[in-house]
Amino acid sequence: MKAWFALACCALALSVQAGDPLEAREARLAAHLRCVVCQNQTVAESNAPLAADMRRQIREQLAQGRSDEAVLDFFEQRYGAFVRYDAPLRPTTWLLWSAPFALLAIGLAVLLRLVARRGRAAAPSLTTEQRAQAAAWLREGPP
Amino acid sequence: MRFAIPFALFLALVLMLGLGLQRDPQVLPSALIDQPAPVIDRPLLQAPQEQLRVETLRGRVWLLNVWASWCGPCREELPLLATLAARDGVAIYGLNYKDSEAAAVALLQRHGNPYVASAVDADGSVGMNYGVYGVPETFVIDGQGRVRYRYPGAVTADIWRDRLLPVVRSLQ
Repeated sequence: MKAWFALACCALALSVQAGDPLEAREARLAAHLRCVVCQNQTVAESNAPLAADMRRQIREQLAQGRSDEAVLDFFEQRYGAFVRYDAPLRPTTWLLWSAPFALLAIGLAVLLRLVARRGRAAAPSLTTEQRAQAAAWLREGPP
Repeated sequence: MRFAIPFALFLALVLMLGLGLQRDPQVLPSALIDQPAPVIDRPLLQAPQEQLRVETLRGRVWLLNVWASWCGPCREELPLLATLAARDGVAIYGLNYKDSEAAAVALLQRHGNPYVASAVDADGSVGMNYGVYGVPETFVIDGQGRVRYRYPGAVTADIWRDRLLPVVRSLQ
């Protein structure tokens, strides 16, 4: 009896974990769409009524057998590219995507120039007299 | 002279941030500009046997105003829209968005009805096809049935004069 109960619990736990595959896809898509009302939240996180409508729309479209990309396109056609939470790589977003790398390159260039300049500044070394003095100190200890 | 480049960069940054501050991030450009106006085909408020059909309005420039009785700014907008539409001879159709019919009718009776007719979008799906993300929103639709302009937010006399009416006039 105990064993059966344990088995039933395991089965229940597994079925809950596996869940509905459509539900998992809905959650994943909702996490990739922006709630256009509360703009820094995804559709998955937001409590706005529009976000609830969008989740329902995702579910209905997935149930009709549409692909993930088709669902994302559906929203993009209505709300614009901004509705995609991950900015797509397009001519309008080239600056956005390239700016971090451009800034890194500029930073590295400035750093290299500074290091090179400092290297050159350190080049003048000791005169012959100073060198002899230092050798004497090393032999006899400091004055 | 030594600081010319950093100063120029600083000015460029100030200019960019200054321009950024002028923009309201809540105002999103409509993805539907110059696209055919999405199908409405919903029953009319107070005349459920009739439907609002975009294709029957071909050849005319008209406004689609998305409204609801639960939306505060809509309430203020209604009498103003009624006055301005009558004065300037602009046809305004309504889309009653996610509302109860009784409350919607009551609001129109109390605050005035600027609409030639209002379609009932009870579940908000027509609104979604129009990319509506806040109520009120006003669309200008041209004689070919294309969306030419969208104003999100309440229409004021200034907005009407400076934004909506010039677009309507340029299309007529």
